[in-house]
Amino acid sequence: MSKSNTILYLDGVSVSFDGFRAINNLSLVLDKGEMRAIIGPNGAGKTTMMDIVTGKTRPDEGEVFFDGQVDLTRHDEAEIAMMGIGRKFQKPTVFESHTIEENLMLALKGPRSIFPALFHRRSAAEARQIDDILGIIRLGDKRHELAANLSHGQKQWLEIGMLLAQDPKLLLVDEPVAGMTDAETEETARLLKDIARDHSVIVVEHDMHFVRELGVKVTCLHEGSVLSEGTLDFVSADERVVEVYLGR
Amino acid sequence: MITGRFFAAGADRRIAITIFILLAVAIIVPLLNLAVSPTSAFYVPAYIVALTGKYLCYALLALSLDLVWGYCGILSLGHGAFFALGGYAMGMYLMRQIGSRGVYGNPILPDFMVFLNYKELPWFWYGFDHFWFAAIMVLAVPGLLAFVFGWFAFRSRVTGVYLSIITQAMTYALLLAFFRNDMGFGGNNGLTDFKDILGFNVQADATRSALFAASAVMLAFAVFTTWAIVGSKYGKLLMAVRDAESRTRFLGWRAENVKLFAFTVSAVMAGIAGALYVPQVGIINPGEFEPSNSIEVVIWAAVGGRGTIVGPIIGALLVNAGKSWFTGVLPELWLFALGGLFVAVTLLLPKGIIGMWDSWRGNAKALRAASVAEEAGAKVAVASATSKPARSPARNPGEWSWSEPEPQAAE
Repeated sequence: MSKSNTILYLDGVSVSFDGFRAINNLSLVLDKGEMRAIIGPNGAGKTTMMDIVTGKTRPDEGEVFFDGQVDLTRHDEAEIAMMGIGRKFQKPTVFESHTIEENLMLALKGPRSIFPALFHRRSAAEARQIDDILGIIRLGDKRHELAANLSHGQKQWLEIGMLLAQDPKLLLVDEPVAGMTDAETEETARLLKDIARDHSVIVVEHDMHFVRELGVKVTCLHEGSVLSEGTLDFVSADERVVEVYLGR
Repeated sequence: MITGRFFAAGADRRIAITIFILLAVAIIVPLLNLAVSPTSAFYVPAYIVALTGKYLCYALLALSLDLVWGYCGILSLGHGAFFALGGYAMGMYLMRQIGSRGVYGNPILPDFMVFLNYKELPWFWYGFDHFWFAAIMVLAVPGLLAFVFGWFAFRSRVTGVYLSIITQAMTYALLLAFFRNDMGFGGNNGLTDFKDILGFNVQADATRSALFAASAVMLAFAVFTTWAIVGSKYGKLLMAVRDAESRTRFLGWRAENVKLFAFTVSAVMAGIAGALYVPQVGIINPGEFEPSNSIEVVIWAAVGGRGTIVGPIIGALLVNAGKSWFTGVLPELWLFALGGLFVAVTLLLPKGIIGMWDSWRGNAKALRAASVAEEAGAKVAVASATSKPARSPARNPGEWSWSEPEPQAAE
């Protein structure tokens, strides 16, 4: 496997917590501009994989490369975020005591040191960017509301908006449609497909209907390694996948 | 932009009023002490000036704690250490000002050094005969300690109760160190018998009034600075780190640097408070490092309402006024009263006085809106006005909890 032209390259990655192997010899390659859906039962290692990519967890062994050449195991969360990997958490995590607008302002791409932030004044360009994102995530009329007052689904959207504000090259999106209505789910699928046009995206999701809607290559994880990979039809026809999902 | 916000309504207006009151007090109280005849009903006796001046220093200390605890969730149980270090730096200057007027009449060595058979001035006492040098040390020593301490603590991601415990250990370690005679800071007795500050007699009424005014002005300046910090983008970030630290990291912010800056600024503020305190009380000794002092500061901030800037100041003034009154009337009951107060505030006023005031005001506003709407017969408006029982402007700041609130990032 060649690393060139990949946005994310994991090879032989393993990590264990107190003897439990959360990730076991996992290899996964994402091409530039690709969107990939990752499915798998609980405990398959989906979130741990994201922790490894974003620098929260260090793998015991294996290679993790971003953009073909950057070794992610040598960097911490903030550095990795600055390189252009954005992440949406499984449980929507926004700054609840701030307004929608302030949440986006903190996420907006730009310098990340203390003194510029201390003397920061919002520029017209930044205001425009925030307006654009508010339009995309449809929270424009709530811009001055506290994030704490949003519904679960709206928080999910705000977090996606924060991802957009970061303008990363690679987006890791963990369960974006949990707690959403069917209409919202469809809307989110449309939004993610939009984003995928000029970003690389990894989506972790349980909702098969949503994954079908995305219509992209699917990777099924089980016990920390890849069980099956291909189109959704191919993967869901795979006997091992059926076995894992239905129990043996 | 800053001035626009300054004259705006709501919480910002409260800050403006506070600053105005402090500046007015800085002028009026010295005038009433110096220019009014002692027989007049408006005369403010010198002991009141000294006492309230001391309270203002405590208020500044409480405000410094509010910056880290209220806005960043760092519960420091060692802020008294920064206060005491600022106080010692000022005390060393005052000691050098005594000159040959000491009991032993040594022009260079302070009395305690003659008594302990020091042959020459220790190196770290050099420069303290100059006020400007002492003033720099008042800022630099607490700031540097906080920076080094915070550098290691925040980098190692020590948070919550563990951080509180090590701040407590820090002040306790300093307490033990300063008790030792060979530390060169006067040991158990500390530094006292001050004569002059900037050439003026520290005991004189005019000097005391000037020190009072300096404390009030400094507190007003600190209120403004804290307000400006908290209102900036950095301030938003500070609160974001408080509420969801790991989320800020995944956005590319260095949470440890965010905390380090606030912690250092806060320590410098506490140091200034200590430096203003020492000439007004006339003594600094290792007792100021007592862990219980630092805990008392936490109580002041909690009583007034943390994360509100004005709250901790009110808390410090009220609790200390209460302390002065109680220790005069029922000295043996003071500690019970303080403990009872803390329990009562935790149970009944979890957001402190200011937080309670805000939610009471908010409810009143919502009720008024509801009744107005009812009169108009517009039921829809009622629903919208009551469905959002106006929350206090800051949701988390007043909340009494050690753990992170709702958005607990996947940590």
